[in-house]
Amino acid sequence: MASYSTNEFRGGLKVLLDGDPCIMLENEFVKPGKGQAFNRVKLRNLMTNRVWERTFKSGESLEAADVMEQDMEYLYSDGEFWHFMLTDGSFEQYAADAKAVGDTVKWLKEQDVYTVTLYNGAPLSVTPPNFVELEVVDTDPGMKGDTAQGGSKPATLSTGAVVNVPLFIVIGEVLKVDTRTGEYVNRVKSS
Amino acid sequence: MTESPVWQPTASRDTLKSRAQQLAYVRGFFCERGVLEVETPVLGRHGVTDLNLDGISADVQAGGVQGGWLQTSPEYPMKRLLAAGSGCIYQVARVFRNGERGRRHNPEFSMLEWYRVGMDDQGLMAEVADLVCGWLGCDRPDQVNYRQAVIESAGFDPMEISDADLRRFCEQWLEREQLENLSRNDCLDLVMSFMVEPTLGLERPVFITGYPASQAALARLSQDQGHPVAHRFELYINGLELCNGYWELTDPEEQRQRFEADNQQRRMAGKPEMALDSAFMAALEAGLPDCSGVALGLDRLLMLKVGAKSIEEVLAFPIERA
Repeated sequence: MASYSTNEFRGGLKVLLDGDPCIMLENEFVKPGKGQAFNRVKLRNLMTNRVWERTFKSGESLEAADVMEQDMEYLYSDGEFWHFMLTDGSFEQYAADAKAVGDTVKWLKEQDVYTVTLYNGAPLSVTPPNFVELEVVDTDPGMKGDTAQGGSKPATLSTGAVVNVPLFIVIGEVLKVDTRTGEYVNRVKSS
Repeated sequence: MTESPVWQPTASRDTLKSRAQQLAYVRGFFCERGVLEVETPVLGRHGVTDLNLDGISADVQAGGVQGGWLQTSPEYPMKRLLAAGSGCIYQVARVFRNGERGRRHNPEFSMLEWYRVGMDDQGLMAEVADLVCGWLGCDRPDQVNYRQAVIESAGFDPMEISDADLRRFCEQWLEREQLENLSRNDCLDLVMSFMVEPTLGLERPVFITGYPASQAALARLSQDQGHPVAHRFELYINGLELCNGYWELTDPEEQRQRFEADNQQRRMAGKPEMALDSAFMAALEAGLPDCSGVALGLDRLLMLKVGAKSIEEVLAFPIERA
């Protein structure tokens, strides 16, 4: 198995730490002029999403993790697995379990493209694009004349996600939503 | 996907101009004081024995010489000039240290090194203060000894703490199995880097003096409150280590013993042993005049001058773009 020595450390590196795949976020090199060098590293554990801070003496190494990020189209769910297909023309399919899909489940729309992180060839996590466009399936009736007011109300989208929207939004409209914050951005079109 | 190479410099034109002004200032400073500028080889036949300095070897094939090293500092050839009767000398040199890259490190950097014949470490610290404060317009540095600095920031006495307690202290950064490979000096360096350094020279610049004898390198030793300490000093400004100076060791026999001790540590650390620089040793035998010397990082001095957060802001091209 390949490994990375401290002088190969950099942001974005995928490594194994305590048996879990991690992505290196930051790498700080310190060394008194005549003294021993150390690297202080921030890593995100890709299994738990927790951020770890670890220190390594210069010359230590970490095993490389077989982690790849791939663009995949979401196909369907059979209730137990969510099925994705590579967009590279290979039609190769991957089944992600509920743990891998996680919170992204509320942004999953068929035929949209997501980033699937594979660990040892199996889906580890699914990341939505920063913005998705989803239809409103339920919300209180719209109130005319409130377009300039700051009021808001909950709206349920086709995927089951609930977001706060302005009072004028009605059922059937398609909204652009920021998946990082879960916030409404704007109307895409009216039905 | 092919990435097109980034060709632009990382330093702004204004910073490059400050760099040129800094160089002119340094030359003016030493010219006024009658210190002679010298140039010695960047490419030498020998590397250094220092445990924590990794040289970059060069594939030299010329004049009957096979192989060589890019210099980690111009110290040995400059001391040979001193032994030959040069008098006070300074040099602005490019030096090379493998594996060193970070916010404050680039494997190639500019070093200002100078030697003052007949001057002790106190005299040289005063001159470093003149040079640095004259350029940065900062307050003159305080002086704090290493022992006191560690006690204040880390809360233990570095001269008295047992190896076991020191290791236990370092468990806040390293796992137990990692600590097994750390020497006492490694542990002290860890504490220095993560706990002490960030607090040094924040209010005003500070010279750290009186390093433990085990970190003496080429400095002479004396006793301080019953502990052997090195006549070695470092200047810190805003938590940035700026220079390293010694009241120089002139005793060839003790120098040989330190080199051999270095090589023994290298052997234990699994690093290649380095051949002693026989010309340097012969110069010491012939007689190095009583002197003090200091090496100062010019890129870091410029970082302080222009308020740079990372070294690439003051380099035209850091190693990734070199």
